[in-house]
Order: sequence, then structure tokens, then C-alpha cells
Amino acid sequence: MSLLELTSVTAGYGHFTALWDVALRVERGEAVAVVGPNGAGKTTLLRVISGILPVRAGTLTFDGAALAGRPAHEVVAHGIAHVPEGRRLFPALSVAENLKMGAYLPAARAHYRESLERVWALFPVLAERKAQRAGSLSGGEQQMLAIGRALMSRPRLILLDEPSMGLAPVMVLRLFELIRRIRAEGYTILVVEQNVRQVLKLVDRAYLLEVGRIKMEGRAAELAEQDFVRKAYVGL
Amino acid sequence: MIDPIFLAEAALNGIMLGGILALLALGLNLIFGVIDIVWIAYVDLVMLCMYLVYYLVQVYGWPVWLGALASIALGALLGIGVHLLIITPILGSAPINQLLATGGLLFFLQSFATFLWTTDHKSVRMSLPSFEVGGIFVPLTRLIPFAISIVALIGLYLFLTRTFVGTAIRAVSQDREAMSLMGANPQRIYIVTSAVGGLMAGLAGALLIFQYSVHPFFGGQFGPLTFMICVLGGLGNMVGAFVASFIMSEIISLAGVIWSTEMGYVIAFVVFIVMIFARPGGILARRS
Repeated sequence: MSLLELTSVTAGYGHFTALWDVALRVERGEAVAVVGPNGAGKTTLLRVISGILPVRAGTLTFDGAALAGRPAHEVVAHGIAHVPEGRRLFPALSVAENLKMGAYLPAARAHYRESLERVWALFPVLAERKAQRAGSLSGGEQQMLAIGRALMSRPRLILLDEPSMGLAPVMVLRLFELIRRIRAEGYTILVVEQNVRQVLKLVDRAYLLEVGRIKMEGRAAELAEQDFVRKAYVGL
Repeated sequence: MIDPIFLAEAALNGIMLGGILALLALGLNLIFGVIDIVWIAYVDLVMLCMYLVYYLVQVYGWPVWLGALASIALGALLGIGVHLLIITPILGSAPINQLLATGGLLFFLQSFATFLWTTDHKSVRMSLPSFEVGGIFVPLTRLIPFAISIVALIGLYLFLTRTFVGTAIRAVSQDREAMSLMGANPQRIYIVTSAVGGLMAGLAGALLIFQYSVHPFFGGQFGPLTFMICVLGGLGNMVGAFVASFIMSEIISLAGVIWSTEMGYVIAFVVFIVMIFARPGGILARRS
């Protein structure tokens, strides 16, 4: 059984349907990417998985538990941490307080110290700035904090929404290196990215999403050879 | 010319009044900052708590501290009740509806209190000594409530900065959705916030009844002032509300000695209006 499995998922906002009949799975320990042009529904897909947006039709199971219809705060308790688009830090809270909020759930709170040590080790720059307001960090540091905050909940699946967005090219490379390290620690990752070439080097498998439908899926190495990569780049 | 001793005494009284005003303003501001709704009837909840202390202490002879604890408990319960019964159903509706609903509660509570307890002023008499420092008389009936207010405000500060739930309350006020991604149920955070806000109303009621008499329209005396302090400090800005409480209480107290109490309120409102034009975001807001 897959860790995460979506079958025939349809979802949207009001009268607008953003996802049609989506099928997707993520195995334990796997890193999977969803790529596609702007407005394809990539962010919507992650919002549906983390429970911010309700599933209209279809099933969503995580480790055997049916999550469709569960609110976001219950989904986190099952072990899914969502690093949302735009990072969504608490800007007036300090770096340390943001991380503390990542460990809000009782199960995570019990391991608070230990998780914190791991995040400090992974992102030493955050330890240096722990008393600083999150809003005053640079873009790259903010993204590290957003990922660190997600790790604090001790998740079994991490959803990353456009981690490279708004970052300088040098920072993008460093960030992908950090995500690779997180992968190596055994975390399961589902990542949505515009930076297709980079992300395909990082993951095992990838899905191509276009206008709300899965158009293609396959091993990352194979897909990188196909012309859909070019298509996704150009944004047809 | 007014004797400087009188002025010093008025300034001291202003500080002591400021402590209680800060309690009211921070309670109201906390709820606004997190839930984004102004409880127009906030001070009317204080009024109910004052009646409770009056009956328990003055009529039934309970010890003062027990009456105060009961008042705090009633305040917290009222806070939760207001949130569940009045705020929850209208959370997603237009601001004007939210204003009308909490405004409606105000009229309901005033009429309800008039019906139950008539419009008579009721007060708890307590005689505590005053002491003199350098010619200034400091009445313990004001000093003790002030000290308790400050202790409570420090407690609030520690709660909001040191505990998981308190930090979550601040986080929700910044990004509700992101906090639900951390696993916090927003409704539960709202209930805790309303309970804390109500608890502060209860404490304020227990402190006010020893200085002011309570009547059904007590809310009209302190309600607009509390709201004004919150706006002056910047709605949702806790530090701003704290500073604004003392500015307002000093104006009222000093002008009260120099001219008259009525004039004190007139000047306070004039300062408020001028400040709203000069700094619409509150005294501590950064200029954009």
C-alpha cells in the first residue's frame, strides 16, 4: 500500500474546478515531483492533500486512513506537513517561536527539544538568528525556516510548494542541496516546482499536471528526456 | 494656580486608573487581534461581573478574594459563551453584521440588567487606609487594584510569550490558515482567546466595583473609552494599547483636577480625534 494515494480526485473553488479526476501516489521514502505550467493546479493539489481545500469527489488515503473531508489541523496530526506557497511564516514571531509552532501538536511537543536540535543542525543559520523576527530574514532563510517548521511536526510526508520561488539562482542551488539532505534523512517528499530541470534531478518520479489533469507520469530520469519537460518549461 | 501637590496626586491617580484601563483595553484588543471582531459589549460583561461581586460580597458577605475569583470565573465563562453563541455563527459574515450582533448584545445586557437590578447605583463599601508620601495621599483602595492589574498584565505577557497556546494565539492573529497547518484547531484557539479576554473583563470588574458604583449603563462610562484606547494604540497592537491606556488616564485625571471631570473626557476625546487624523494606524504604528 502506498503512503499517499489519490484516486479520481476532483476539487476547486466555488464554481471553478481546478483539479479533474487526479490519480497520484507516493510510496514510503520516495521523492515525487508535480510539474506543470502556471495555473495547472499544482498548488491546489497540495492544498487538497493538506485539507485546506475540500475534496469534491474521489478518495484521498494516507497510510490507509481516509483523509478526504478532514480539516487541515487533523491532517497534520496524521503526519503530513505542508510548506505552503509563499512560505507563510508568522512574520512578527521570532525564528525560534516559528519553530515552536511547528511542534504545536502534543505528539510533536513531546519531542520538541530533540526536533529543534535536528533543525539547528540542518540549518545552522537559523540557530544563529533564533531571536530575530521571521519577517526580517532573507528569502532563502525564510524558506529554510518554513521547511524547518514543517520538520518540527515530525512528519512522515512533507509537501513542498514552489520552494525555489523568489530566490536568487545561487540560493536555489543551495536550497535543492538542502532538500537532497532532508531526503537522505529518510523523509518522504512531494514537491511542486516550476524549476523543472533542477527538481527532476532530485526526485524518483514525477507527474505532469496540465489544466487540472495529470497528463503524464514516470521515472524522473526518463521524463527528463521527454519533450514534456520542454513543454512544461515553455508553459504551453 | 493649582498646588503642585494636587497635580502630583492627580498624576498618580491617573497611573492607577491606567492600570485598570489597560486591563480592559488589552482584553478587548486581544480578542480583536485574534478573531478580528470588536466586542462592542465588552465592558457590559464587566458590568455583569461587578454585579456578581456586589451581590456576593456586599449582600451575601463572601470574603473579597472569593468574590473576585468568582468574578474572574464568570468573566471567562461569559467570554466563551459570547464566542460560541454570538460570534461563531457570524464569523464569516460582513463586518457590519458582526458590529450589529455585538452591539445588539450590548442593548440586551443593559435592558436585562435594568430588568433584574433596576437602575439604582450599587457599590461595595470597603474602607482601607490611605498613606502619605511626601504630602501625596495614596489610597490603598486604588493602589491595590493597580498592583493587581499590573501583575495580571505581566501574567498575560508571560502567557502570550512563554506558552505554546499563548504563542499560537499570536500566530493565529498573523496567519490563521498557516496555524491550522501546524495542527491547531482555529475554533479552539478562538475559545481560549475569548476565555482569556473574558477573564480579564472579570478581573477588571472585581477591581472596579471597589472604586465605582455599578448600574446597568456602566458600559457607557468605560466602553467608549476602552474602544478609543484600543484604536489609539492601534487595533490589535497590545503594546500600543498599554501605552494608550496611560495617556488617556493621565489626560482624564489631570484635566479633571485642573478643570473638571467632564472637561477631562472632552479633552481626551479631542486628543483621540486629532491623533486619529495624525496617526490613523495608532500611536506606535510605523509611518508608511
